[in-house]
Amino acid sequence: MTDLAHAEEAGVPVPLTTRKDWSSDQEVRWCPGCGDYSILSAVQMLMPDLGVRRESTVFLSGIGCAARFPYYMNTYGMHSIHGRAPAIATGLATTRPDLDVWVVTGDGDSLSIGGNHLIHALRRNVNITILLFNNQIYGLTKGQYSPTSEVAKVTKSTPFGSLEQPFNPLSLALGAEATFVARTHDMDRKHMIETFRRAHAHGGASFVEIYQNCNVFNDGAFEEITGKEHRSDMLIPLVHGEPIRFGAEAEHGVVLHRDGSVEVVEVADVGEPALLVHDEHRDNPGLAFQLSRLSRGPYEPTPIGVFRDVERPEYGAGMSRQIEESKAKRGPGDLHALLRSGSSWTVD
Amino acid sequence: MSDTTTDPKSPHPIDRVVIRFAGDSGDGMQLAGDRFTTTSALLGNDLATFPDFPAEIRAPAGTLAGVSAFQVHISDHDISTPGDSPNVLVAMNPAALRANIDSLPGGATVIVNVDAFEERNLAKAGYEADPLGDGSLSAYTVYEVPMTSITTEVSKDAGVKPRDAERSKNFFALGLISWLYTRPIEATIGWIGEKYAGKPLVMEANLRAFKAGYHFGETAELFESSYEVKPAVLAPGEYVNITGNTATAWGLIAASTRSGLPLFLGTYPITPASDILHELSKHKQFGVRTFQAEDEISGIGAALGAAFGGALGVTTTSGPGIDLKSETMGLAISLELPLLIIDIQRGGPSTGLPTKTEQADLLHAMYGRHGEAPLPIVAAKTPSHCFEATMEAVRLAVKFRTPVMLLSDGYLANGTEPWRLPDLDDLPAIDPSFATETNHTDSDGQEVFWPYIRDEETLARPWAPPGVPGLEHRIGGLEKADGSGNVAYDGPNHERMTRLRAAKIAGIARDIPPTEVDDEDGAEVLVIGWGSTYGAIAAGVQRVRARGHRVAQAHLVHLNPFPADLGAVLGRYKRVLVPEVNLGQLSRLLRAEYLVDTVSFTQVQGIPFRAAAMEAAIIHQIEGMTDIATDTPGDLLAVVPGGAPTTPTRPSGNANGAVGGSGTGKATATGEPNRTGDGHARPTANPTPPTGKVSE
Repeated sequence: MTDLAHAEEAGVPVPLTTRKDWSSDQEVRWCPGCGDYSILSAVQMLMPDLGVRRESTVFLSGIGCAARFPYYMNTYGMHSIHGRAPAIATGLATTRPDLDVWVVTGDGDSLSIGGNHLIHALRRNVNITILLFNNQIYGLTKGQYSPTSEVAKVTKSTPFGSLEQPFNPLSLALGAEATFVARTHDMDRKHMIETFRRAHAHGGASFVEIYQNCNVFNDGAFEEITGKEHRSDMLIPLVHGEPIRFGAEAEHGVVLHRDGSVEVVEVADVGEPALLVHDEHRDNPGLAFQLSRLSRGPYEPTPIGVFRDVERPEYGAGMSRQIEESKAKRGPGDLHALLRSGSSWTVD
Repeated sequence: MSDTTTDPKSPHPIDRVVIRFAGDSGDGMQLAGDRFTTTSALLGNDLATFPDFPAEIRAPAGTLAGVSAFQVHISDHDISTPGDSPNVLVAMNPAALRANIDSLPGGATVIVNVDAFEERNLAKAGYEADPLGDGSLSAYTVYEVPMTSITTEVSKDAGVKPRDAERSKNFFALGLISWLYTRPIEATIGWIGEKYAGKPLVMEANLRAFKAGYHFGETAELFESSYEVKPAVLAPGEYVNITGNTATAWGLIAASTRSGLPLFLGTYPITPASDILHELSKHKQFGVRTFQAEDEISGIGAALGAAFGGALGVTTTSGPGIDLKSETMGLAISLELPLLIIDIQRGGPSTGLPTKTEQADLLHAMYGRHGEAPLPIVAAKTPSHCFEATMEAVRLAVKFRTPVMLLSDGYLANGTEPWRLPDLDDLPAIDPSFATETNHTDSDGQEVFWPYIRDEETLARPWAPPGVPGLEHRIGGLEKADGSGNVAYDGPNHERMTRLRAAKIAGIARDIPPTEVDDEDGAEVLVIGWGSTYGAIAAGVQRVRARGHRVAQAHLVHLNPFPADLGAVLGRYKRVLVPEVNLGQLSRLLRAEYLVDTVSFTQVQGIPFRAAAMEAAIIHQIEGMTDIATDTPGDLLAVVPGGAPTTPTRPSGNANGAVGGSGTGKATATGEPNRTGDGHARPTANPTPPTGKVSE
């Protein structure tokens, strides 16, 4: 870019900001009690900590309740069309490597209408941070089932129950060759902030699923695991390099069987050395995939935290490198020479 | 070389010739035609080409479906079409002969690879008897040349397997035609050496076949003489031979260079647009980023994202791809960001005719989005004009902060013509003029940036890519409040914004040149077209004038908005004839906009108009024979000329040359010509002009 990244280049220090600096003047219009509020607060609280500039930060979204998010951030932003935000973000992030590009999406937006864009953005490892608000329902269109709704879900469009097997968003992301995959939930601000911080720090595409409560159309969908009184027994915090344990007394744990499957056990039964030690950096995503499927739904002990964080070349950087290599090899573009790159002849 | 015709050995001078190379899709006919074209361009001929190939990469060998052809028209004077019908057909097998023979005028030359005329191939082509022996080709001068056997024979001692050697027969054909039309062979010999440097055996086989073909012409005493087409008198300058797609790609690079905007192409491969991606992906030293997206939607989405970031965002597509991009075009219209959508039109609907040309996306470009969603449309008229049209489309997109559609088509994309290289200093300036500061004082006295405050003259909003402190803003597809750009749902604001968006696009009429009319005093008929029909219309007009008639020609590059004076121009003529390779889309727009009783002349056979058909249609108007038809479905069906053509070629015209009967096009009109006013409907007729003798 010619002059757009000037503050960065001029070495102007990043100004100190507070949460308020990152909040736009627009009135937030989600339903009272919506889980989106706590996610917005977590992001706005995190931003001053990241050492980034407001003018170099862009929030992009598609359509859905979550997609209003960019209007509430005092940064650059675009509220685009249904499912297409990862595609739009790909063009922005690859042409503007100086920017921090965030994509805010929902289960309908990125797993249904925009599924194709999501998996390819992950596969290419475009340098974007994707926050998927998963509330297992279509909120903005007033309560139809979504691609993450459980089988037999009764909604306005499925009065006799949904017939569809839901997506497991983390399994999908891992299958799509994602390099950073994490899960958090809207009832734990601290966990959200730490997870978002990790996602932002990762080079390439980061994928964070956020269990988010829709108190109007799918209230309590995650209550069994995220409710304060259930959390210790139902949420399994993943910590890199540590044995996977949970419970008020860390009395539960996860073991890896010889056939590659994982299972929740009582630590007392197997002994601490038998527990699986979490490794985010495994090149093979197989184990992360197993962990993503440890729970069949938000009613069984469910891992949260960073499942996978591996290094792979970032797409936009690769594009920029090819440009630099071409310039070094052939010199900067010369239009006069280009027009004569085939056979030319002169008429006098 | 001598000019004299007294020496029987010296080449016989001719002013022009149309040659069609035809064979199996795997026979290398496109390559042979392309090499012949390059040599002719270097020799200084004016030329136009028309590659015509099937959608299948390798249709069953020897069948009619698998025939691939390349037609080239070379001339010692200015020409504008690849020629109506070939003077020379090179047919590598019976299917190639059968698929093309109907398009040859009597007396044409046919050179066949006689080795391929054996029972199996004849049967595959649907011949019951060998056409070389049954007298069915008596109207033509037929040369039977054993191309396969000579080609394999000459490479026998070069260590090439006969099966591999046989593949070089296209070079034999090229060598033979090069001799017949006195083309220098050094350039092609050098090209073969370079192209196949890594495959010495293939290089050797190709070289030997090429030379053998050339020497065969010289020594076989089969041909009475060779021919020579002298260089054309072209305006002084430096020339290259260029396809429309290459010119488009170069136009994008030029626009990027001139504007300082980094070029980003987001696209999904589709025929016949992919060559723009291929060409651009080679030129990364210009800072070009090419993104092969997961689908058409992602291609335009990424381009729009790049535009939001301050790049020159471009997407290319064709056929069904343009349907898929409609949603994002609507977003770009709402966001008011510069974006270029390039549509290389092909036959539709649906998958339609992927490798054949059509110009039937005009109404889609005009209206193919929900809501009131206008955008400017620019159309290229010749292969080399794609360069200029591309730059113009970018200029409008950047100046007016709007998505722009550039229409090209399969004929322009793959066709070639010599292009006089422009002086780089003459290329239009394109100034992105990004927003750099706040532009509004809010009620608290704060200096703020409002993304939808418009330039008074252009009505364009500021383009403020991320990176500038104090200009942070959010935009989206929801309706925006005039000025602040905040989400606004109220009716009066929506109406104001809708009218502002429409007025901005309509106002572009003040920024584009007036209609260029090639007029002759006293002409009562105006022929007006757009896009790739330019060459055929120009050739038709030329023929009509040569017959002593007066006719005016105009060709639209800007289709939305139209030039400001277009209504007045149309009003000056008694008849307005609108030839199009669709069912009358521009004609419909002109009628709606100007209440002019246009006469629509249409054809949709996947190929360009012929000059002869154009000539007949114009003459028909001049002689006042236009019969007024009612534009009913039944009438539309009557267009199919004498039953649908059964071969890939076009039906020939009436032997007596009379207008009417079976032919290649149709003129229809609704209501009365606007100045006659006699109120009487005239009887329906199908004034379908015949294809005539080739003479441009």
